[in-house]
Amino acid sequence: MTTTSHTSTDGTPGTPGAPAASAGAVVLRASGLTKSFAGHTVLADVDLELREGQVLGLVGENGAGKSTLMKILAGVHSPDAGTVEIGGETVTFSHPVQAQQAGLSTVFQEFNLLPERTVAENVYLGREPRRRGLVDVERMHRDTDELLAGLGVTGLRAGQRVRTLSVAEQQLVEIAKAVSYDARVIQMDEPTAALAEHEVELLYSVIARLTARGVAIVYVSHRLKEIFDLCDTITVLKDGRQVTTQPATDLDDAELVRLMVGRSISSFFPDPLPGTEVGEPLLELRGAGNGYVDGVDLTLRAGEVVGIAGLQGSGRTELLEAVFGVRPLTRGTMRIGGRDGGRDVRPRSPRAAIRAGLAMITEDRKATGLALNQTILDNALGVVRAVFPRRTGAARRELPGLLSSLEVSARAMDQEVQYLSGGNQQKVVLARWLTTEPRVVLMDEPTRGIDVGAKHSIYELMRALAARGVAVLMVSSELPEVIGMSDRIVVMRDGRVAGELPAGSTEEQVLQVATGVTGVTGEAGA
Amino acid sequence: MSTLLRRGTPLTSTGIVLVLLVLSLVVGFVLTAVEGRNFLSSGNISALLTGISILGFIAIGQTLVILVGSLDLSVPYVVSLVSVLAAGTMAGEDGNVLPAVLLALAVAAAIGLVNGAIVAYLGVHGFIATLGTGLVISGYLATNYQGSHGSAPRSFRLVGATQVGPVPVSTLILLGCAVLVVLMLRRTRTGHHLYAVGGNREVARLSGIRTSVPVLVAHTLSSVLAALAGLLLLARLSVGSPTIGSQGDYDLMSIAAVVLGGTVLAGGKGNVVGTLAGVAIFSVLDNVMGVMGVSAFLQDVVRGLVIVVAVAVYARREIDRRPARFERPTGLDAALQEAK
Repeated sequence: MTTTSHTSTDGTPGTPGAPAASAGAVVLRASGLTKSFAGHTVLADVDLELREGQVLGLVGENGAGKSTLMKILAGVHSPDAGTVEIGGETVTFSHPVQAQQAGLSTVFQEFNLLPERTVAENVYLGREPRRRGLVDVERMHRDTDELLAGLGVTGLRAGQRVRTLSVAEQQLVEIAKAVSYDARVIQMDEPTAALAEHEVELLYSVIARLTARGVAIVYVSHRLKEIFDLCDTITVLKDGRQVTTQPATDLDDAELVRLMVGRSISSFFPDPLPGTEVGEPLLELRGAGNGYVDGVDLTLRAGEVVGIAGLQGSGRTELLEAVFGVRPLTRGTMRIGGRDGGRDVRPRSPRAAIRAGLAMITEDRKATGLALNQTILDNALGVVRAVFPRRTGAARRELPGLLSSLEVSARAMDQEVQYLSGGNQQKVVLARWLTTEPRVVLMDEPTRGIDVGAKHSIYELMRALAARGVAVLMVSSELPEVIGMSDRIVVMRDGRVAGELPAGSTEEQVLQVATGVTGVTGEAGA
Repeated sequence: MSTLLRRGTPLTSTGIVLVLLVLSLVVGFVLTAVEGRNFLSSGNISALLTGISILGFIAIGQTLVILVGSLDLSVPYVVSLVSVLAAGTMAGEDGNVLPAVLLALAVAAAIGLVNGAIVAYLGVHGFIATLGTGLVISGYLATNYQGSHGSAPRSFRLVGATQVGPVPVSTLILLGCAVLVVLMLRRTRTGHHLYAVGGNREVARLSGIRTSVPVLVAHTLSSVLAALAGLLLLARLSVGSPTIGSQGDYDLMSIAAVVLGGTVLAGGKGNVVGTLAGVAIFSVLDNVMGVMGVSAFLQDVVRGLVIVVAVAVYARREIDRRPARFERPTGLDAALQEAK
């Protein structure tokens, strides 16, 4: 654990730290919450106190324990130790519905909505109002419309099918659902992650209405501007521990980042290997587009690692999918360079893309990266066998060396990949693509859900690929990763390239381009 | 059709199947007229409606089961079992009709409950669960019944023969059941939860729904509706038959009708109106091809094509469901436009 100076008073439950901005009664008090999974402590002795109408910002890096804390409060996990009180009464939840009934609702990043049902049916799911034994659809619609009006939402009707709604509107449905349970505390997990600017303003106004009614909010976000805009109090988590809880007015951006990170980010990401040379262009896009991305100009050279940043839904993944022929490009040109002098291709299928020298590590390795119930060997040779059958023998002979250079820890090559850890699975995915000897490697969230050690070896592999003259194009929603690994950062917004930033740009600079908002406060780059 | 589908607000699946039904009625009318016959004669209308009712009952039940995310392959065997049980109990006596009907419905309900319990509590997919129970019933029938069995008294046979104008009584019973099921789906909590469990079991569970209840209800109703179909067949044929259900291919035909009616095979989306339209389309196809003297083999080819084409249309709409960000043609549409 990195040592961090505790600038706050200790957070024992009985003593409310600094006086909160609002003086309402305490609605939520958690003390000593501790949770471990498989012997690994992910949350240790965390205390929270929340008053009516207060907004508490919960910040920390990925893996700091924010989600675990939220899930404990939401009744998804039960804590190993510690207590939760709502309105002065100690509560224990064995089911998320109990938390909602006790007045604590959570709006998760992944919405719990049924796309084929209407707004009203989703809001009242599981407790549809009845009259004479039958569901009172009229009342359900009336009540839902009232709920939405009470939140100041216009243009959203109870009878609309959720599938037809935008992400922001779906989020409002979740919030309306929380309100319909008479929630006294609403937790919001990265609520703006997928919202456009004007939608964020709408969310702000909804939160203001809720706090005016005395509802307390736990607000989790990576965006410091929002934290300072909205929150009265800020709790910083790091490595499962509570670093501090302080009034927002006592903190500034730089101090908050220092508390969150606690170490310099740059040391975590390996530098380019000596001898890495940026060479000829290996992938060139000119005015490329399809139904999801448009007007993309991009040049990727041998030996480069280029990061693509952007908000969720900005077309990052879609761009990789377009290049890889998953959603083929319909406009513009695409050129793949290389030893044969390069040629124009617009792959109409992944198979065509692979033949042209591309490889793609997909976002969801369990769904699209691996056949989980097949062996390491079959997974690693899957692509070669299918696309380059004549190279299979050579790939098979080189495989043990490749796997050990990737530091895959497994019993044997005939072990099924479902029994490997996330990090080792991801290394098998990499092996599966490296056996095809690609010239350009597309990586979508290459380190999602894997431990720090495995992350580091994947970063080192990216550098090694670059040193061998491969070009790497990486999409990541973790800004430190994009900033730490990229030679250049391409920022996307609304399906287009919004700008390009040099290596070493700050998170704020990236977010400015990604959101199109100028004047984001401060410089929080660590 | 394709221009219709490409507009801003596309037709719902039910809309498409209703359009398809009207289209098949028009084509049927024309083709029958070419043969010098009247498609809309009261005789032909009652023939059409009679063709609908048996598969109609089963397909309504199958709709419920598919909506909740399961399947019911045991229906043909329930149909057969009910037909021999009821015929044996009636034994040609008017006084035995009511006990026979009640026995048949109770046995069917029990089978449905077992199906539902296997799916809900043992976590076996409905495909396998009902394949298993179907095999058990089929084995029981083969061991205990050879050839036709029992007989239905005249009073019971009248159910299959009576008409109100051109409309058979069986059609009225079918419509009654359809209305009740629609009411259940739209106006009861169980109905709402049936969609929820079929749409996303985890979301339903997190909303505090007891996810086993809709599964049990759907499977039980499916078997009971299959039993009604079996009783109706008995009324028409006047004797019970241990193979009548499997001869009708009711398992796969009912699934085909449900899917043709726009219900998503994975569950959570669909409705009974579409299913009835799907059944009606099959009935019209059979009727017209019968009038034209099309061979049985070719009839199957046409049915098969209709199913595949209809579901392909739905599948394509699913792909396009995610709204494109840019107002320009993509994929197939782009290729079509370039070809012009």
